[in-house]
Amino acid sequence: MESPRIGLLYLAPYLIGLLVFTAIPFVGSLYLSFTDYNLIQSPSWSGLDNFRELLNDRTFMRSLRVTLLYVFITVPLKLAFALFIAVILNYRLRAIGFFRTAYYVPSILGGSVAIAVLWRYIFADAGLVNMVLSGIGLEPLNWFGDPVNALFTISLLRTWQFGSAMVIFLAALQAVDKSLYEAAAIDGANKWHSFVHITLPLITPVIFFNLIMQMVQAFQEFNGPYIITGGGPLKSTYLLPLYIYDEAFKNFNMGYASAMAWALFVIIMALTVIAFWSSRKWVYYAGDKRS
Amino acid sequence: MADITTAIPATPVPPREIRAARLQAVVRYTLLTVVGLIMLYPLIWLIGASFKTNSEIFGSIGFLPREPTLEGYVKGWQTSTPYTFGRFFWNTFLIILPKTIFTAISCALVAYGFARFEFPFKRVLFATLIATLLLPNVVTRIPQYILFRDMGWLDSYLPLWVPSAFAGDAFFVFMLVQFLRAIPRDMEEAARVDGANSLQTLVYIVVPMLVPALISVMLFQFMWTMNDFLGPLIYLSSVDKFPVSLALKLSIDTTEAFDWNRILSMSVLALLPALVVFFMAQKYFIEGISAGGVKG
Repeated sequence: MESPRIGLLYLAPYLIGLLVFTAIPFVGSLYLSFTDYNLIQSPSWSGLDNFRELLNDRTFMRSLRVTLLYVFITVPLKLAFALFIAVILNYRLRAIGFFRTAYYVPSILGGSVAIAVLWRYIFADAGLVNMVLSGIGLEPLNWFGDPVNALFTISLLRTWQFGSAMVIFLAALQAVDKSLYEAAAIDGANKWHSFVHITLPLITPVIFFNLIMQMVQAFQEFNGPYIITGGGPLKSTYLLPLYIYDEAFKNFNMGYASAMAWALFVIIMALTVIAFWSSRKWVYYAGDKRS
Repeated sequence: MADITTAIPATPVPPREIRAARLQAVVRYTLLTVVGLIMLYPLIWLIGASFKTNSEIFGSIGFLPREPTLEGYVKGWQTSTPYTFGRFFWNTFLIILPKTIFTAISCALVAYGFARFEFPFKRVLFATLIATLLLPNVVTRIPQYILFRDMGWLDSYLPLWVPSAFAGDAFFVFMLVQFLRAIPRDMEEAARVDGANSLQTLVYIVVPMLVPALISVMLFQFMWTMNDFLGPLIYLSSVDKFPVSLALKLSIDTTEAFDWNRILSMSVLALLPALVVFFMAQKYFIEGISAGGVKG
């Protein structure tokens, strides 16, 4: 009979991968962030210089601000859309499969270069969106030329891909015990009350899961701004991942780029920790006494 | 509500409520259709626009081209490089095929280990797996690049292939573990009693039951790799090794300013494999994402 420890043998690929491709690079980038390294000479220790420079780097500060703005616009917008459509789809509609598929398509394609290209075209000055706007009598917008609009246009691309979050919400909504609604209806609750007091509390774990995943992903957005705007105009869509990419793979400032990557990592972690900490107050877990 | 009315036939629903329910249903369907159309119209427009002449792309909202032309496809396919898009599709395939196979094998092994065995530090290791789900790639990317450079792997597909052989995408392991936990162990235990070792049990009993989940894993890996842009951008420098995503970006940068239909046509082709695969196998995507997401 084999020992149960043989399980570790099955984990071997993961353990090796974890060490070589995650753990060592993770520590390695922390080390590099305290050095100057241009890939030609070996890394030279520079202490906190990179981080001190970051604080005085106006491009970094602007990128950081734009990145935070991007995340705070995109994530709530995307989750709100996802939940809204999921709630409507949950009304035992006949064509639920058809709609679910249709809404999911952008999630499958949205991260691709081809869709970023499409975005460039439809939001161009004489593009589809502006033609529709003028068609219904509205003022066409300069979607990419204006710094505020450009960030919003990039953020729309990610919001458009709300399908995957929606599918997760829908599965959670379908798992809510229907007898709870019937009991509430007998007690005279209307649909809105049922939604706020039964549905929302019961799906908070999934809202929390989606929130964390979407936030971590949004902080790392690269394809959209890189292809659509190239970070412009006036660096208004120059998200941190773009700046890190330029510093690392165009200027080969591996040390400085690592310092930025770590700054971004610390911010993501801090927000994740805050989310986890706050979740004790608003996330409901089945079997828990609170409601 | 249908089951309630059939269960209690004695209390008929007032006609006013039936009318209100119908009205609500109409509102819901209308809303879903309108929002859906707004979301999907850009894709529909893209397909139509790829057959339009360059002068018609800007300035027409409609789907149907006035003078349909294949010019965009013919010229776009040639590209401004010595290679056609056929070469770039082939390269994408060369990246995807090993990657999906490596992913399926390595993730199945690791998920089996997590789901079916007790060993020291299991909880810690599983928690680490969850933590790597949340770890932003941006923080490991630079040292990974240096590692692959030192191995002499730059400008080859190895940096894109090799991590997938070591269960590089924690998400898939997690998904398979969730799936395995829901499968009863009776068959496996019977096989073990009959003298099969754990590897034989995995290959002959577990893997056949795991097939739907493995298909989901491979399909997701297919889509992600199809869409991946940053990986090839960092690691590949010779045009003859470019996948479709890089080639498309290259054609935006090199095509003359007014040859829009070339770029749109190639965008349609670039989306086509993902669309076809999605529509053929959509249930695996929906099930995969629901299983991986909710049970956590």
